[in-house]
Amino acid sequence: MDFLRARTWAEALELKAERPEATPIQGGTDVMVEINLDRGRPAALLDLNTVGELAGWSREGEWIRVGAGVTYARLIDELGEVLPGLAQASRTVGSPQIRNRGTLAGNLGAASPAGDGHPPLLASGAVVEAESVRGVRLIPIARFYTGVKRNALAPDELIRAVRVPTAAGPQYFSKVGTRNAMVIAVCSFAIALHPENRRVGTGIGSAAPTPLRAVAAEAFLAGELDWTLGRAGGSALDPEVAARFAELVAGAAAPIDDVRGRAAYRSHALAVMARRTLGWAWHDYLRAGRGAR
Amino acid sequence: MTIETGRRSGVGESVLRPDGTLKVTGEFAYASDLWLDGMLWGATLRSPHPSAWIRSVDIGPALAMPGVFAALTHRNVPGEKSYGLEHRDQPVLAVDEVRYQGEPVALVAADHPETARRAAAAIVVEYEPREAVVDPMRAAFDPDCPAVHPNGNLVRHQPVRVGDVGAAATGAEVVVTGEYEVGMQDQAFLGPESGLAVPAEDGGVDLYIATQWLHVDRDQIAPCLGLPPGKVRLSLAGVGGAFGAREDLSMQIHASMLALRTGRPVKMVYGREESFLGHVHRHPARMRYEHGATLDGRLVYVKAEIVLDGGAYRSSTPAVVGNAASLGVGPYEVADIEIDAYGVYTNNPPCGAMRGFGAVQACYAYESQMDRLAEACGLSPVEIRTRNAVSQGSRIATGQLIDTPAPLAEMLAEIAAMPLPEPVAVQADLRLLPGGVSQTTHGEGVRRGVGYAVGLKNICFSEGFDDYSTAQVRLESLAGEPHVLVHTAAAEVGQGLVTVQAQIARTELGVDRVTVAPADTTVGSAGSSSASRQSYVTGGAVKTACEAVRQRLDAMRAEHPGLSLDELLERFGPIEETREYRHRPTVPMDPVTGQGDTHTQLALCVHRAVVDVDVELGLVKVVELAAVQDVGKILNPLALEGQIHGGSAQGLGLALMEEIQVRDGRVLNPSFTDYLIPTILDMPPMRLSILENPDPHAPYGLRGAGEPPTLSSTPAVAAAVRAATGLPLTRVPIRPEDIALTPASIS
Repeated sequence: MDFLRARTWAEALELKAERPEATPIQGGTDVMVEINLDRGRPAALLDLNTVGELAGWSREGEWIRVGAGVTYARLIDELGEVLPGLAQASRTVGSPQIRNRGTLAGNLGAASPAGDGHPPLLASGAVVEAESVRGVRLIPIARFYTGVKRNALAPDELIRAVRVPTAAGPQYFSKVGTRNAMVIAVCSFAIALHPENRRVGTGIGSAAPTPLRAVAAEAFLAGELDWTLGRAGGSALDPEVAARFAELVAGAAAPIDDVRGRAAYRSHALAVMARRTLGWAWHDYLRAGRGAR
Repeated sequence: MTIETGRRSGVGESVLRPDGTLKVTGEFAYASDLWLDGMLWGATLRSPHPSAWIRSVDIGPALAMPGVFAALTHRNVPGEKSYGLEHRDQPVLAVDEVRYQGEPVALVAADHPETARRAAAAIVVEYEPREAVVDPMRAAFDPDCPAVHPNGNLVRHQPVRVGDVGAAATGAEVVVTGEYEVGMQDQAFLGPESGLAVPAEDGGVDLYIATQWLHVDRDQIAPCLGLPPGKVRLSLAGVGGAFGAREDLSMQIHASMLALRTGRPVKMVYGREESFLGHVHRHPARMRYEHGATLDGRLVYVKAEIVLDGGAYRSSTPAVVGNAASLGVGPYEVADIEIDAYGVYTNNPPCGAMRGFGAVQACYAYESQMDRLAEACGLSPVEIRTRNAVSQGSRIATGQLIDTPAPLAEMLAEIAAMPLPEPVAVQADLRLLPGGVSQTTHGEGVRRGVGYAVGLKNICFSEGFDDYSTAQVRLESLAGEPHVLVHTAAAEVGQGLVTVQAQIARTELGVDRVTVAPADTTVGSAGSSSASRQSYVTGGAVKTACEAVRQRLDAMRAEHPGLSLDELLERFGPIEETREYRHRPTVPMDPVTGQGDTHTQLALCVHRAVVDVDVELGLVKVVELAAVQDVGKILNPLALEGQIHGGSAQGLGLALMEEIQVRDGRVLNPSFTDYLIPTILDMPPMRLSILENPDPHAPYGLRGAGEPPTLSSTPAVAAAVRAATGLPLTRVPIRPEDIALTPASIS
C-alpha cells in the first residue's frame, strides 16, 4: 500500500489524477478502521491532512462553504448557529476523540447509509463541491449518493468542500441507537423548514441503500402547513397532518433487517422521529414568528 | 472480631493501586506490548464453519511465502492433542473436524504480523460442511439431534429435589409461570488475548501471558507440548481485563508450539474480531419457572428448568450448571423445590466462565418471577422479597445451612428507604434523556419505572474443589529499613489484588515498605482470579504466611528484647515463610437430589434501578442504580466501590444492550461497533450502602465482592423497564423493538 501526501490542493488533484485508485484520508476514523479490520485494503492512501486550504470554512452569501478538512468538533463549536441540523448530527458522531478527527467530507467519501452527516445535508439542500484537474463540479446532495457506500465522484475527483445553505428556519436531527452515546445509527432523520420559499426538507439515514429524501412527505407537508404568521401568531400543527407526514416519511424508506435492528422497527422509529422533529420545528417556527413582532 | 485498621495503607484504607495512573495515562505495559528483539509473530487460521469435516489442509502456500518460519497443524502438536479446564475435550488444533466458527485449524509464525496473517490466509483447507447443532433445546431433549461429541450433547444434568413439589402444588393459592431467555453476553475485556513465548535452553518454554490462573494454564500447556510442568514457566504479563474470559486457554499452547518449533520468541496478539471468536462467552439460557405461593405471598414451591448452551466444548459448563442449579431459587426460603439444570453441547461459540457464572442467568429468571408473584398477590416487589428472604439459619436449595450473617430483609428495607431521584425537568439537558444527544425525545413518550432485585452468589470454588492459594512472605532489612516481599502466583486482572496483598502485609507485620513480586509459577498455585475468591483465598494465604513470619519474629524478640526490628533482621537475616491457605471444604452436589454443603461462602447484593423509558422508541435511560451489598469487611473502600460499580455496569449491559448475536452458529457482531457495552452516558451515578457483617470463617471476616453486583443489577433494570412499560419483557437484553413494537406500550 502506497502512502501519498499532498502539500497543496493542486498537488492533491494531480496525485488523484495520477492515482485514481488512491483513497483520500484525513481523520482516518473510517478509512483506518476498514484497514485495521482488513476489509478491502486500498492500493494507496492520499493524505490530505497537510492541505491547509481544506481546513477552513467561509460564508458566501446565504451559503456556508465547509472545507473538506473541517472536523465535526468545529462544525459543532463554530457553525451551530447557522447550520443547526448539521451541528446536531455532528454531535452524535462517535466519541469526542472521533469528533476531533473525523470530517464531514469523510462521511461523504465513505457514503455509508448510516453516516450521520447525510440527513441534515439532504434536508437543507447542500451541494458537494467536487474538483479534479479537469475543474470544479457542483453535485446536488440528493444526486451524490449512488449506492451502498458509493457516491457520484469521478475516480479523479476529490471533495473540496460542502456548500450548505444557512438555516432560514428551524432544523432538527434525530437518531436512534441502542445506546445513549457513541453508537452507529439504527436509523436517523433530519428535517429543515424553509419558510422563505415555504418548502420542507427531509433526510433519512440508515433505512435504505443510500441516504435519501422523503420527497412525497416534503411536498405533502409544505402544502399542508399554514405558513402565515398572522396576528394570532400562526396556527398549531394539525396532529393528523403530522401523522400523515410521519407515515409518508416511513414509506419513503426501504429498510432491511440487520444486526442493528429490524426493518419493521426502523420504519416505526422513522415515523416517530418524523412526527417529533416536525413538532419541535413547528413550535420553533411559531415562537420565532411571535418573537419577530 | 475487631481488626486493627489504623495502620497507614493497611487493611481498610483506600490505598491507590500502583497501575492506576499508568493505565489512565496509557503507559501501562499490557501483554500486547511485549517485545523481544528477533521475535516472530504468530497467527491463527480459524474455521469459517460452525460444523464441518476437514478433508485436507495444505500449508505449502504459507511456507512458500518469504518471511514465514513455520506453519503447523494438529500433526505438529508434540504431546496431547487436546486440553480443557475440567475435561480435555478441546483440540489444540482441529483434528479432522471443526465444531465451531473460529476453531483454530493451523498456525503460522512469520517475521511480521502482516506476513503471518497473510500466510495463515494462504493455507488451503478443504472443508465439508455438515449440519450444525444450533438449538440448545434440541441438543438437550431431541434424541434424534446429531451429536457434537461422541458421547452425545448432554454435558451435565443437575437436578435439585427438596420435599414434594407435586404435593405442595395442591396447596399453593397463587401460581405464576414464566419462560425466560438470556442472550449470549461477552466479557468484553479491552486487552485482547496476547502473550510472548520464549524458547529456553533446557528445551522448555518461558511464557509471558495475560491470564487468570497461571498454574492451571501450565498444567494444560505442558502435556500438549510433551514437556514436564517444570519446563513450562509462566509469568503474568499485563492483563487488560478478564471477567472469566481468560480462564480457558487461548493462544498459550499455540505460541509455545511456534517458539519451540522455530527456536525464536513468538508473540501472538488477537485482533478484536479474532478475540470475539477466540474466547468463551456467558452461557445463553432458556429457563422455565413455576412459583407457587400462599395468598399472602409466601413461597410454597418452586419448579424450574434451566438449559444452558455450552457451545462446542466443555470448558467450565459443568460448574456453571452446578451454580445455576444450587442457586436456582435465589436467596428465598422455599420448602419444596424441583430444579433441573442442563448444560449442552452445540455448534455455537463455546461458553464458559463469566462474572456471575451460572448464577446470573438464574437470578434474572427467579427475580422476574418474584415480580410476577408480587403482582399476583397484590404486594410490592420489596414486600414479596422481604416475606421470603433468607437470613442466618435458613437453608438454600441444596439444603446447605446459611451459617453466617445474611440480613436480606434489612438490606431490602435499607434500599427501599433510599430517596428516589427527582423526575427529569421538562427542559432537560439531552444527555439526561433516553437517546442522549441523539435527540430522539424532548420528553415525549418518556415514562419512569422503578425495579428491585436481589441475588445470591457463591464465593470461591464449590462442589469439593481443592481450592487453595500459596503465599511466600519475606521480612528483611533493606537499606537499613524493614521491608516485606510478598510473592504469590495470583493474577492481578484489574481487580486490585496487588494492592490488597500489600495492605494485608502492612497490617499483619506493621511494616510500611511492602513489595508485591510479579506473579509467576516459581511459587505455588494461587488458584484462579475468579469466583470472587482472591481476597479470600490469596488474601488468606498472605495473612497466614505473615502470621508465620510474625510468630518467628515474636520468638526472636522474646529472646533479644533489647534489639529493634531492624537490628534483629540485620543480625539473624531475613525471615521467610510460605503457606497454603484453604477455605472450608465443600462437597459435590448429590447427583440425584442436588443436596450437600456445596458452597463455602454465600454473598448477597440488592439493587434498585430507576429508569426513564421512551416507550414509543424503546430507548432506555437508567437514571439511577442503588445497591446494598454485604461484604463482611471492607479491605479497600475505593477499590470495592469500583468493583460494585463495574459489576453493576456489566449487569446493566446485559439488561439493555450486550449480546453476541449468533445465527446458524455464526457470530454476526464480533466488534465493539456492534457489540455494545455501556458508556458513561448509559451508566448512571450509583448510590451505595456497603455492610460489614463478618463471616467468621473468612480472613478479616471478608466476603467476596466482585460478582454479586453483576447478578442483581440485570433483573433490577429489567424490572424497572417493565414497570415503565407494562410489558412482560421475558428476554434480556431488552431490545428497543421489544418495547416499541409491542402494541400494549403505545397507549
